[in-house]
Amino acid sequence: MSQAAVRPTPPRQGTALALTILALVLSVGAYVLVGIGKRGEVPATIALYGGIFAVGYLFAHLAIRRLAPYAEPALFPTAAVLTGLGFAMIFRLDGELAAEQATWIGVGLLAFVGTLVLVHDHRQLDAYTYTIGLAGLVLLLLPIVPGIGREINGARLWVEIGPVTFQPSELAKVLIVVFLASYLNAKRELLAVATGGVGRFRLPSAKHLGPLLVAWGASLAVLFLEKDLGASLLYFAIFVVMLWVATARFAYLGIGFVLFATGGWLGYTAFGHVRDRVDAWLHALDPDMVTGAGYQLAQAEFGMATGGLVGAGLGKGSPGIIPYAETDFIFAAIGEELGLLGTAAVLLLFVVLVGKGLGVAIRSQEGFGKLLAAGLSTTLGVQTFVIVGGVTRVIPLTGVTLPFVSYGGSSLVSNFILLALLVRVSDGAARGRVDRT
Amino acid sequence: MIDGQIRKLAGALLVLFLALFAQINYVQVFAADELANDSANAKRQTIAEYAIDRGSIVAADERTILATSRRTSGELKYQRRYPQGPLYATVTGFYSFVYGKTGLENSYDGYLTGDAPELLAQTLADQILGRPRRGGTVVSTIDPEIQRAAASALGSQPGAVVAIEPSTGYVRALYANPTYDPNELSSQDEQAVRTAWERLNEDPDKPLVSRAVAELFPPGSTFKVVTAATALESGRGPDSTWPNPNELDLPDTTATIENFGGSTCPGGSRITLAQALTVSCNVVFGEVGLAVGPDRLAEQAHSFGFRPDDSTNPIPFDIRFEEGIFPDPSYFADRAPAVAISAIGQDQVSANPMQMALVASAVGNRGVLMQPRLVQEIRDQNGQVVRILDPEEWGRPMSAQSAAQLTAMMVSVVDNGTGGGAQIPGIQVAGKTGTAQHGEGEDPHAWFVCFAPAQNPEIAVAVVVLNGGDLGSEATGGALAAPIARAVVEAALR
Repeated sequence: MSQAAVRPTPPRQGTALALTILALVLSVGAYVLVGIGKRGEVPATIALYGGIFAVGYLFAHLAIRRLAPYAEPALFPTAAVLTGLGFAMIFRLDGELAAEQATWIGVGLLAFVGTLVLVHDHRQLDAYTYTIGLAGLVLLLLPIVPGIGREINGARLWVEIGPVTFQPSELAKVLIVVFLASYLNAKRELLAVATGGVGRFRLPSAKHLGPLLVAWGASLAVLFLEKDLGASLLYFAIFVVMLWVATARFAYLGIGFVLFATGGWLGYTAFGHVRDRVDAWLHALDPDMVTGAGYQLAQAEFGMATGGLVGAGLGKGSPGIIPYAETDFIFAAIGEELGLLGTAAVLLLFVVLVGKGLGVAIRSQEGFGKLLAAGLSTTLGVQTFVIVGGVTRVIPLTGVTLPFVSYGGSSLVSNFILLALLVRVSDGAARGRVDRT
Repeated sequence: MIDGQIRKLAGALLVLFLALFAQINYVQVFAADELANDSANAKRQTIAEYAIDRGSIVAADERTILATSRRTSGELKYQRRYPQGPLYATVTGFYSFVYGKTGLENSYDGYLTGDAPELLAQTLADQILGRPRRGGTVVSTIDPEIQRAAASALGSQPGAVVAIEPSTGYVRALYANPTYDPNELSSQDEQAVRTAWERLNEDPDKPLVSRAVAELFPPGSTFKVVTAATALESGRGPDSTWPNPNELDLPDTTATIENFGGSTCPGGSRITLAQALTVSCNVVFGEVGLAVGPDRLAEQAHSFGFRPDDSTNPIPFDIRFEEGIFPDPSYFADRAPAVAISAIGQDQVSANPMQMALVASAVGNRGVLMQPRLVQEIRDQNGQVVRILDPEEWGRPMSAQSAAQLTAMMVSVVDNGTGGGAQIPGIQVAGKTGTAQHGEGEDPHAWFVCFAPAQNPEIAVAVVVLNGGDLGSEATGGALAAPIARAVVEAALR
């Protein structure tokens, strides 16, 4: 080995600070432009919201610098730009929601820093495999509990305890990824061994297929009991992908696909609203659908098409026409006002985020870190694909949030925790290389 | 080993993102126009349309505003206002987000929205600078004084008035009764707009279809101007003499043509063409029709803009204009008597004040028919003139010599004949009356066409008062329509 290869990776804190400031400028800039576009003036709330962003982002940056100095420098700023852009769009659509979102951004950043403080080494988490797994499962199924579960817009996703309403599945998602990383890291040797076979396909033993079937059952439970297509699809995809990454057994992907197809078919035949979603996806613009079941998708497409290449300009389109523009359909609202340039930029930011996350997985020196980083990155990537693909009619629409961008406290806080774990693994990965020298 | 899996995973996720990227390119670029123009995207289209500070339509004096935009606090940023809505409704038309647009609002939409090529540079500059989009100003040819005189002279009687400047074709007045208030249809209260629309469409007098330009009526004796032009053009001069019986027996039938009131025209057993026009002699003009024949009569009528059927629109105009109808010569092949009846403006012949004003203006303009214009220039967003619509010749229906002869004959109509009601002291007015029967038991339509001063006319006017107006069965062109025309001419010459 040459000298250069074993030299410690220098902390790239100058890059991180520059990117964080860029993220701050873009976030506050987008929000100010909304004010100018809408009313011709800088918004009156500039000191408040500008302050929240400035203090929050710099606080998070300093926390990373102190708590995870070797962290991948682009991770936080990339998420910060997405958060800021989402806030600007929410502010554009509804001032009151923007006030709530600003609070949640503050809480999310605190959760981000809190996670870095509590988890000073991600391998701590490896010790609590089943505790974390159980916590994830409980959170996942919490909305089914009578009395506290709430059904909103046909999906039972919400839990209401006292004055607080939240979506536990968002946090469950992160916990389940941690559990899977830990479980699969421990069992991957066993799972990778094929003991039986059907024809030319060699399959793992039934015993080791168990967890896959449990996961399939859990995501079907989410589908049937909570009627949450998006989350169900997301969990299942994460599980199958992580299993495949851990074992390199292509059979898992094949079986996973068959199970998914079966679940999807069951959903399609069992639930009217699944059928409606598929019909709306295929026929949103048909004359008999366009003002009815296809209205939301059609208006999203019209909005993005009207935005065209460069968009109407922040504050100058009519994204308010699209139902749920501030949550599930925020991507369409961005498309209307910022055009293809805006939507392509958002997709590229996610490509950067997911790509950097997978890079962290590759650089991590131990199996748990690799699986954790890969699982968290896959979660972001698949969730983005599910909602953007749904909004743009690549796949049937299933309601999940666009990470960091959509309005919603549970989602924002959970994704900042997810980001903190990625940052933590990236720090560990770089540290590991430093330690070895 | 696990790193290889992660790399494959990265590749797979990239493929998913490429699919999304392909789709946003499709939606926002390749299919963008088609999607944005989808009829189900009406709300966004309407909001975008009403975000434009649509330009004004002003009268020829450039001070009188016919249509303008007013800022609102609603979702639709601008609302269309018509300060004197009913007076100019035929000219402006309406601008409604429910029922579309008509009149100049429709035909000059590109200039009013800033879309027209001449305005595009400023529109793009405004867009780049983030300024609200504005439209240009359409300067119409309408003279508010003449327009007001026309409306007030017509009063509440059903009918229409058109005044044209013969040398330019500029339409100086264009008014019809009943009219409507375009403000009602341009409201942002959709329910109010729908209610008004239903009321206007259920009205049997069809206020939305202007009687000045869009409806047709038998022109009666005013058509004798065309018949006289045919005679002059075919060598039968003002002094040619014609038999003057009490009634005219028509060929191949027992039907006859009678004079007004069944009388014999004054002047003896043979009278001149000029005398026949002066007293509006039906019998003689029936003879003229038979003498010149359907080919020549149809050719002459068509040269004034009349068309053989309603499938063609020979004369271009800024708003919807239904030219008069005179049948194709083939129509008369087995209807020999019809040519005599057509020669006095009955049978299938029909016209509106716009058409008859064009006939009068061509005679007054030495036989040259100018293309009628309702817009004289366009100004851009900053008030600079970007387009001038210069007068343009449309055709020459008759020679200057015939026109001069016909002018003298029409002066005689006003000075010595049925058109006395249009006399103005000190000014020679050339005119022709018409009293058109249009159905058993119906009161007649009263017509008058004229131009003045006769030798160098500044204005040509056509008036129709429908169904007897205020005079009922006593209505004649001379008694009812001629004074209205006189009031309009006086306003024009003031």
